[in-house]
Amino acid sequence: MAFQIVEGCVSCWACLPLCPSGAIYEARPHFLVEVAKCTECEGDYADPQCASICPVEGAILNGLRLAANPPGSLTGIPPERVAEAMAEIQAR
Amino acid sequence: MHLKVLSRDNPVALDAESGCPSGGCGGAGDALSGLSEVIREKVRDHPCYSEEAHHHYARMHVAVAPACNIQCHYCNRKYDCSNESRPGVVSELLSPEQAVKKVKAVAAEIPQLSVVGIAGPGDPLANPERTLATFRELSEKAPDIKLCVSTNGLALPGLVGELCWYDIGHVTITINCLDPQIGARIYPWIFWNHRRIKGVKAAEILIAQQLEGLEMLVERGVLVKVNSVVIPGVNDGHLEEVSRVVKEKGAFVHNLMPLIAEPEHGTFYGLMGQRGPSDDELRALQDKCAWDMRLMRHCRQCRADAVGMLGEDRGDEFRLDKLDDLAVDYEKAMVERRQVHAAIEAGRAAQRKGLGESFVSLSQLERRAKPAMRPVLMAVASEGGDLIDQHFGQARELLIYEVTAREVRLVGRREVDRYCSGEDTCGDGEPLLRKTIRALEGCEAVLCSKIGYEPWGLLEDAGILPNGEHAMKPIDEALAIVYREMAADGRLDPPASSEQRLTA
Repeated sequence: MAFQIVEGCVSCWACLPLCPSGAIYEARPHFLVEVAKCTECEGDYADPQCASICPVEGAILNGLRLAANPPGSLTGIPPERVAEAMAEIQAR
Repeated sequence: MHLKVLSRDNPVALDAESGCPSGGCGGAGDALSGLSEVIREKVRDHPCYSEEAHHHYARMHVAVAPACNIQCHYCNRKYDCSNESRPGVVSELLSPEQAVKKVKAVAAEIPQLSVVGIAGPGDPLANPERTLATFRELSEKAPDIKLCVSTNGLALPGLVGELCWYDIGHVTITINCLDPQIGARIYPWIFWNHRRIKGVKAAEILIAQQLEGLEMLVERGVLVKVNSVVIPGVNDGHLEEVSRVVKEKGAFVHNLMPLIAEPEHGTFYGLMGQRGPSDDELRALQDKCAWDMRLMRHCRQCRADAVGMLGEDRGDEFRLDKLDDLAVDYEKAMVERRQVHAAIEAGRAAQRKGLGESFVSLSQLERRAKPAMRPVLMAVASEGGDLIDQHFGQARELLIYEVTAREVRLVGRREVDRYCSGEDTCGDGEPLLRKTIRALEGCEAVLCSKIGYEPWGLLEDAGILPNGEHAMKPIDEALAIVYREMAADGRLDPPASSEQRLTA
């Protein structure tokens, strides 16, 4: 099992130095996790490090391919409010 | 022009006993007068700390620090736009090597450069390797340039020693509150000891780290500015307390900045309809928290990759893809920089001398003034911030002063477009001029070195008294005289009315 970095990653470097397995590498358009190296931090930390510092909801998937930080979990902004605001801005 | 090269006193050769390897640390704790002298020297050519210096010197931020260890409700880490000007926004991230290259290119092009800061776009101290590598190189390659850093403070206590090592003389900590309950409404989470922590506990840790970092820096003689974002209904009622405490702990200045929050920024506050403070609210709060009016009213809340004089951003000229094309003779540039700085200081010294000789005592004014006279806002066109030495039509910004019977003090600045750019465009300026006049709302007089016929009339129509009589006089003196004249004309007996304005 391994974590993944997916679209949404802003390449902010926060996770890379924290990874105890050196599994994260710089890539374009966003950073990636080397699946074979990722241990999900088991044995090193109680919480997976990349998912614990990542500021972008949805940018990291856990071993079950679910967002480690689902919409609203980090910013506190209800997802429906984001959708509403997008519609408002586009209607201007 | 003959350049008299002034010797620059070493501001930091104070203390060999503090155990700090570099002169920037320690030793400032002796006499109060000594401290203020040290501070004066440290801010003298720092455009972000000294209101006056920002008219003469340039600064740049190098965006080497992308990671952050906390989330603030006014920040969106996804944001990157070259048309936005606010903290935390950058166009391109630099490696430490690229940052040093950029600093050299900017220093060669803009010899007024006196300060290089690292301000993000994340938290510089959450990226210690990148930030410190940049400082290490710069302290060697450009030892005369002041280095500064701003931080949320979470990682600060652990890095104070290193910051001192590289002679970081100025540190800004953003402290928005001291009450963790309020903090929980500003910071949704922090990353601490390998865990993401949320709520009041997160705010508690952050605040404790901020205050510890502040104390450690002050102990080592580093100048600390505290920034607070004014968030109406969240921390505005609490900022006086913040101001009192950080002052007590030795912060050098407390800078209150308005919240910037729009839905399109994608921030929590922007999307949830949290408003920023009005100009009046901000000013009232700044008045309550201000220790020295000459400082920080000019803060521009710059981007983390801003380049140039405050209020201008020349970042585009120095983008990575253009750096290779800029031929930089850095040795020559350093010599030129020294000369330019010396010339600036010589000019300022001459102005100060003029100021001292011709200064009209405000106490004289006070005796003549009726006690109940109201304060008046006046605008000034000035190049250097000392003298009334700018043509109204050439001004890019006007300094706003509040004048009372007791004092003349700077309370803000308003950006305006230059409506006069020479013969070719003459006559096209009126729409711009009207915009400028709208920007002067609330002001009752404008002082400048010269002013054209057309703006004179429009200003009068708007109830603003144009005044070109005090060209090349010190601002304080001229404003005091104009106030006295207004008093003598009965214009200061409340309430103010547009019928009272003078004719040309």
